[in-house]
Amino acid sequence: MSSPGSNGIPKILVFSTNAISDPGIDLAGSAHLHYSTAVQVIPLPCSSGVKPSWIVHALKRGFDGAFIAACGGDCAYLSDCTTRTGALVTRTQALMKEHGISPKRLKMSGLCSVCADNFVSHMNKFQQELKSLDS
Amino acid sequence: MAHKRRIGVYICHCGGNISDHVNVKEVAEALLDEPGVEISRTHMFNCSDASQQEMVDEIKEENLDGLVIASCSPKLHLFTFRAMAERAGLNPYQYVHVNLREQCSWAHTGDKVGATEKGINLTRAGVAKCALTHPLTAIRIETQPRVLVVGAGVAGMRAAISLAGMGLSVFIVERGNEPGGWASQAGRMGPDDRYGPEVVANLLAQIRNHENIILYTSAELTAKSGHIGDFTATVRLRGEEDVSLNVGAIVVTTGFTPYEPEDGEYGWGKPGVVTLKDFRQMLEAGDGPLTYNGIPVRDVGFIYCVGSRQTKGDTCPEPNTYCSRFCCMATAFSASLLHEFEKESGQTINQYHLYRDVRTYGHLEAVYTNARADGALFLRWDPKEPPRVEQSNGRLAIKVKDTLLGDEELELGVDLVVLATGMTARKNDTLNNVLKIPESKDGFYNEIHIKLRPVETAIDGVFIAGTAQGPKNLAESVASALAAVVKTGGLLKKGYVNLEPLIAEIDTDKCVWCNECLKACPYGAIERVLCGDKEVAMVIDSSCKGEGACVPVCPQDAIDIEGFRDNQIMAMIDASLKELVAA
Repeated sequence: MSSPGSNGIPKILVFSTNAISDPGIDLAGSAHLHYSTAVQVIPLPCSSGVKPSWIVHALKRGFDGAFIAACGGDCAYLSDCTTRTGALVTRTQALMKEHGISPKRLKMSGLCSVCADNFVSHMNKFQQELKSLDS
Repeated sequence: MAHKRRIGVYICHCGGNISDHVNVKEVAEALLDEPGVEISRTHMFNCSDASQQEMVDEIKEENLDGLVIASCSPKLHLFTFRAMAERAGLNPYQYVHVNLREQCSWAHTGDKVGATEKGINLTRAGVAKCALTHPLTAIRIETQPRVLVVGAGVAGMRAAISLAGMGLSVFIVERGNEPGGWASQAGRMGPDDRYGPEVVANLLAQIRNHENIILYTSAELTAKSGHIGDFTATVRLRGEEDVSLNVGAIVVTTGFTPYEPEDGEYGWGKPGVVTLKDFRQMLEAGDGPLTYNGIPVRDVGFIYCVGSRQTKGDTCPEPNTYCSRFCCMATAFSASLLHEFEKESGQTINQYHLYRDVRTYGHLEAVYTNARADGALFLRWDPKEPPRVEQSNGRLAIKVKDTLLGDEELELGVDLVVLATGMTARKNDTLNNVLKIPESKDGFYNEIHIKLRPVETAIDGVFIAGTAQGPKNLAESVASALAAVVKTGGLLKKGYVNLEPLIAEIDTDKCVWCNECLKACPYGAIERVLCGDKEVAMVIDSSCKGEGACVPVCPQDAIDIEGFRDNQIMAMIDASLKELVAA
C-alpha cells in the first residue's frame, strides 16, 4: 500500500477539541464536504493542552503539517484559551526551528462547533501552502 | 510493558454509511497485525443489540482487556459502548472510540482507496491508544435541583410545569413581553378545535400558581458558565438588570419564525394575497360577512407548501427543503372553519385547496376527510409548475395545472389567496453565542441523534424541545418538551452525575514544585503537598476539569491527562504513520 504522504499530498495532523472543534469537523463529514484523506484528527479536551513535543514528533516522523483546531472564544474551560494556545504555538514554532523544521508547518485557528466550511477551507489552503514549502 | 494486551477491534459497516466508502473488511484484516489485537472483525451495526451481545460474550470469553470501536462519531455512541464494556466486565475507560464515519467515510465519499487507508491509520491510532489504557473510576458530583427553561411558548411552559411537578425549581426566561408564543395568536387549533389563547391562559395560570416556577419576561440569557449539573446562568431583565441563576440543566424551547414569502412569490404583495394566519384572523374577527377591502368574499384559494419543501433554484438560493409538518393540517382545518362560517353567516364561499401532497398523517387524516366533506375542493399541482397568481378584472386569478385532471390548466377567479406558510429557524445570535448548540443546515438546533437521543445536544446538560429543534405541530412540540422533561428530571433527580475521571495526574518523581501548574490552573485544582521529604504538586480531583492547560507548561514534563497521556498521543502519532515509517 502506498502511504498517503508518498503521493505528493501533504499529510496533516489535526489536534481538535472534544466539545468545540471536533463537532465542527464531524459536521464537515455529515455535510459530505470533502477534504483530503491525508488529514487525520486526534481529539483532545482543549487546545491549551497540546504539547509542543507532540507536534515536533509528528513532523519529524512524517506528517507534513500540524494544525491546531482550537476552541477559540467558545472554550468551556478557559476564557483566555486563545491566548494560551497562541503562546503554545509560539513556543512550538521556536522548538520546531531548533529541530530545523519550518515554523510554517504549524497552523492554529479557532474552529467552532458548526465551522464545517471553515475547516475544509483551512485544510485545502494549508495543503497548498505545504506543497509550496516542499517545491 | 507488563503484559501483552488482549484487544478486541470492531469495525462498523453502519449499514453502508461507512462500508460504502471504506473497505471495512480490509481495515479489520489490517488491524489483526497490530500488537495486542486479539480479535478484529466487522459488524453491520456495532450498536445493534445483537452485535453488542456478541461483543459482550466475546469480551468475556476471550478475556479481552481492551476494546476499540471504529464506527460513527463518539458524540453519538461513546456512552452506548461504555455501558456495553461495563456489561462485559471491562473497565469503560479501556475502550477507545475511532470516528470512522463523520471523520472518514462521509468526508471522503468517492475515494474508497484513500478512505480505507485513512480508516486503517485511524483505527491503528485507536489501538495504540487502547494498548496504553488502564482502569479508571468516574468522579461523582452533586447536581443542582433547578432548571432554566429558555422560551415561554407552549413547549417551554409545559416543560416548566412538569419539571416543577417533579419537585425541581424552574426559572423561565422569555425574551418577549408576554409568554405564550405562537399559540397565543393561533386562534382555534386543529385537530381537536382547542382555542390557542385559552390553552396558553391555562398553562399560565398553572405557572403563576406554582411556587416552584419563576417566570421572567422581557428577559434574555446573556451568559452561562459551569458544567452539567451545575451551571451559572446570567439573565438580563428589561435590558438593564442582571440576575444570576444557579441551575443543573437548561431546556431550550425558543420556537420558530414563520416563513415570510418573497415579493411576488405566489402573488405575495398583491392585494388579496394573505397568509393563513392573516386569513384566520379575518375569519375570527367577528360579525358580518367575510369581506376584503369592503367587498364580500365569494371564492378563496389556499396554496400549500409555501416556504416548505423548496428546491434550490435561481429564485431560491437557500431553500427550506423540509416539510413544516403543521400547515396541511392547519389549512385543512381552516376549510372546516370556513364551512362553519358559511353555515352561520349564510354567505356562500367556494374554497379551492391547491396542494402538492396532503400530509395530514396519523389521526390528522380526519381533518382532511372533514375538509372534503365540508365542500373544500382539493387540486393537486406539480412542483415543476407551481400555481401562478395574477390580477384579473379587479380580482385575483390562480392559474394551475391540476395533475389529477390530466394536467388541465385551470383558471380560478378568487377574492383571496391564502398562503400556507411554513416554519423557519428562529434567529437569535445572543442565545447562540451563549449556548453554542450545534445547528442543522436549516438553522434549527440539532439533537445528538434524531431517534436515539432526540432532545439532548452536544452540550451536556442543555436540552432542546419544540420547534426550536425543527418544524412540529403543537402535539409534537409538547411531546418533545415532555421528553426533555424526562431527560432533565432523570439527570437532576438522581442528585449526582458522574464526571469523567479524565483529569490531570502528576508524576511526583519528576515534580519539583515550581508553581507553574498552579499558575496555569483557573480552577484552583492544584495544591502543594509534602511527598516524603520534598514538596510536590497534587491535583484536587473534584476541581480538575481535565482541559490540560497545566500539561504543556510543566518544565519537568511531569503532568498527564488521563485518556490523553503523553505516551498515548505519541503512540497514536506513530501508529498513524506506520505505513510511512515502514516504507
